[in-house]
Amino acid sequence: MDTVSRIERDNRRFKEIARGHINKHLRHYISRGELIGRRGRHLVSIPIPQIEIPQFRFGHRRRGGVGQGEGEPGTPIGVGEPQPGQGQAGDQPGEHILEVELTFEELAQIMAEELELPRIQPKGKKNIVSEKERYSGIRRVGPESLRHFKRTYREALKREIMSGTYNPSSPVVIPVREDKRYRSWKEVRKPESNAVIIYMMDVSGSMGDEQKEIVRIEAFWIDTWLRSQYENIETRYIIHDAVAREVDRHTFFHTRESGGTMISSAYELCLKLIHEHYAPDEWNIYPFHFSDGDNWGGGDTQKCIAILEEELLPVVNLFCYGQVESYYGSGEFIRDLRDHFGSDHEVLVLSEIEGRDAIYDSIKTFLGKGR
Amino acid sequence: MLGSTTLPPELEAARNEIRRRALDLGLDFFEVIFEMVDFKQMNELAAYMGFPRRYPHWRWGMEYERLKRSYEYGLHKIYEMVINTDPCYAYLLANNELVDQKIVMAHVYAHSDFFKNNLWFAHTNRRMLDEMANHATRVSRYIDRYGLEEVEDFLDICLSLENLIDRHSVAIRRHPPPSPGSTDEDEEELAIRHPEVPRLQVPGAYMDRYVNPPELLRAEAERRRQEARRRSEHVPPEPERDVLLFLLEHAPLKTWQHDVLSIVREEAYYFAPQGMTKVMNEGWASYWHSTIMTQTGVMTDAEVVDYADHHAGTVAMSLYRINPYKIGLELFRDIEERWNKGQFGKAWEECDDMQARREWDLDLGLGRQKIFEVRRVYNDVGFIDTFFTEEFCNRHRLFTYKYNERTNQYEIDSRDFQAVKQKLLFSLTNFGYPIIYVADANYRNRGELYLVHQHEGVDLDLDYARPTLVNLYRIWRRPVHVETVVGDVPRLLSFDGKDHAFRKLERRRMV
Repeated sequence: MDTVSRIERDNRRFKEIARGHINKHLRHYISRGELIGRRGRHLVSIPIPQIEIPQFRFGHRRRGGVGQGEGEPGTPIGVGEPQPGQGQAGDQPGEHILEVELTFEELAQIMAEELELPRIQPKGKKNIVSEKERYSGIRRVGPESLRHFKRTYREALKREIMSGTYNPSSPVVIPVREDKRYRSWKEVRKPESNAVIIYMMDVSGSMGDEQKEIVRIEAFWIDTWLRSQYENIETRYIIHDAVAREVDRHTFFHTRESGGTMISSAYELCLKLIHEHYAPDEWNIYPFHFSDGDNWGGGDTQKCIAILEEELLPVVNLFCYGQVESYYGSGEFIRDLRDHFGSDHEVLVLSEIEGRDAIYDSIKTFLGKGR
Repeated sequence: MLGSTTLPPELEAARNEIRRRALDLGLDFFEVIFEMVDFKQMNELAAYMGFPRRYPHWRWGMEYERLKRSYEYGLHKIYEMVINTDPCYAYLLANNELVDQKIVMAHVYAHSDFFKNNLWFAHTNRRMLDEMANHATRVSRYIDRYGLEEVEDFLDICLSLENLIDRHSVAIRRHPPPSPGSTDEDEEELAIRHPEVPRLQVPGAYMDRYVNPPELLRAEAERRRQEARRRSEHVPPEPERDVLLFLLEHAPLKTWQHDVLSIVREEAYYFAPQGMTKVMNEGWASYWHSTIMTQTGVMTDAEVVDYADHHAGTVAMSLYRINPYKIGLELFRDIEERWNKGQFGKAWEECDDMQARREWDLDLGLGRQKIFEVRRVYNDVGFIDTFFTEEFCNRHRLFTYKYNERTNQYEIDSRDFQAVKQKLLFSLTNFGYPIIYVADANYRNRGELYLVHQHEGVDLDLDYARPTLVNLYRIWRRPVHVETVVGDVPRLLSFDGKDHAFRKLERRRMV
């Protein structure tokens, strides 16, 4: 039909423009925190101000507005700008916050094109094929444990109303067998290659919020890329100052400690995790370590080098050390590593991240090896 | 058209019945032509804002992409769409359940009534379907002749200035109509040369020389002459809020550019009343679909649950968000109840006995009549300003929220009625866009364009203002300025073709 070709033409044009913008400006966006938007439903949204048509308008961040609900003045109502219901009053029809939503696969693909990343060759002899169930349908028969309560209720209610047995003053709805609905599943077969990312971060006093933000952004992109390469990814998080401990993702990015730094403690914990959970012949292992490079002087760096050389490097796919520039850090550690291993080591990758703009190059350094 | 306008028999029967009920209830609508479309066609139409033919532009494609994605992920589903034309075209999503279609039809008849009767729509072109297609043809012709890049580029510029129109101009005569003939021009010239100078009244003529000294009168006459001369030569004579019109009349545009800009302006004016009456229009339609569905027997018993489910979904207030459908619907119901019970006028306003107010019922039964009157004469701003009451505000637990820098979160600011009303009104005034005038087209006597932003407490977003200025420059082709206030300091934002400037101003120009 005529209109179909019309909308497709406009759609194609938009994509051309958007794609062009993304490629050209990815470097810019990578270093911006707010890019990492919605992660639910496996979508990330990339705002593209370049194709937002600029107009005179109010600064609409932090402007405030009118909402509805319970709570006293001072009650927080969420971090983001509350989104008004559909068709916000005062919005012209057809105008929206312009953003391109991409699936992680698309994002990873654009990233690969832009950063010229090679595809990873998974190691490990096993390519396990696993069966997975996906609950995707509704059936009239099934085990009680899978009964779909809402649908069943709805059917029962419909039946009672239709047959006239429903009594509004005593709204008791009793489902009979014909009303019952059950979730049903399909079996999906998937080849599986496993990988684990172990993030380690120095949280000693010298790592400030800006340094953590850089680590957070970089970790997001690394995640995105590795997730596009493996079926099954696990992530573990280790923070350390003079001692190391394993934490969850939130704690990882939000902890600030003070005190000294013993990097070896983190490496030891990392090694322990690998020994206990991730047999190197079945898992692709990616430790990433971020620090400001200020290690405790008493021979700890020597210990780190020993652990790396003898135990960690032989079993991992890649060991990445990113050194974030900080006001306090001496930045010795990366030099010591470089002196010992050389800057061209096969498995150990070193990168210095001076600021947000350097994240781009750093990711390229880390992931450019195709391992 | 896209889909089929012949409805299946059971839908046709439902349509006839709903139409008859709507007429019985007093709705007065343009005839409605319903078309069945599938979800893909629905998304296409929504991207084109309801019109099957629009000029080629990527932003429709962008909107389509967004709708398509969000449909695929189950984030939204468009049940109905209706356009303001005579006859009215409305789209039904094929394969919806019958009860859904009934709700949509009732809803659409009320929209059509609103389009036909609300005064803010009076100026709109009811044959817009043809007009839009005509625009599409013209723009396509320019694309063939001048190339996609060039025309698209110019369209982007126009769309960037699209909101700079005078939404009230359709109802107000801002300028006296140009007086025909040269006599008036001579008179005008005469008035400039010999301005009238007011004198102080004195009892005796002998005092006149002292009270109104001749040299002072002469000096005043000269001052007035110069003032009048300056004004007669000033462009625009009065600050002009229809910036697009001003550009059409004064900017150095090629013929095709002139045409494209006038297309963008025409469409902006066509859509303006829909933005100005969003709360009312949706409230009105929701009021009538619920009335028709629940009170006239168009619904079978078996459909009640699905109806309630669907209706609840439309007017749901999710936590902390306000829904214009719901606010509009509740306000209409509130007005109906108040006028039925006589809860208005002096005695009501002055009564502060809560008990008496609660039980106030004069049994006037004026509710229906009142809401029909309201739908005729108000737009959202007047609607909220007049009918949004403290009781309503409290009943619906409305509040204002603000941003807390310290915690990096939005939080509830106040439940004060005046504060909530102010915020609501502000978001509706001028569409929630800043009000901007053309103040001077010959700034510094160098043909530079000087705009003034009428600052009302909220600053412009400078990240947007700068590129917009660049676009303005590309039309005006001389340096452009916009006067505004940033952080309580009067500022002049300028772009001269190469560089942006951001100067402090000593004082504000008055508009």
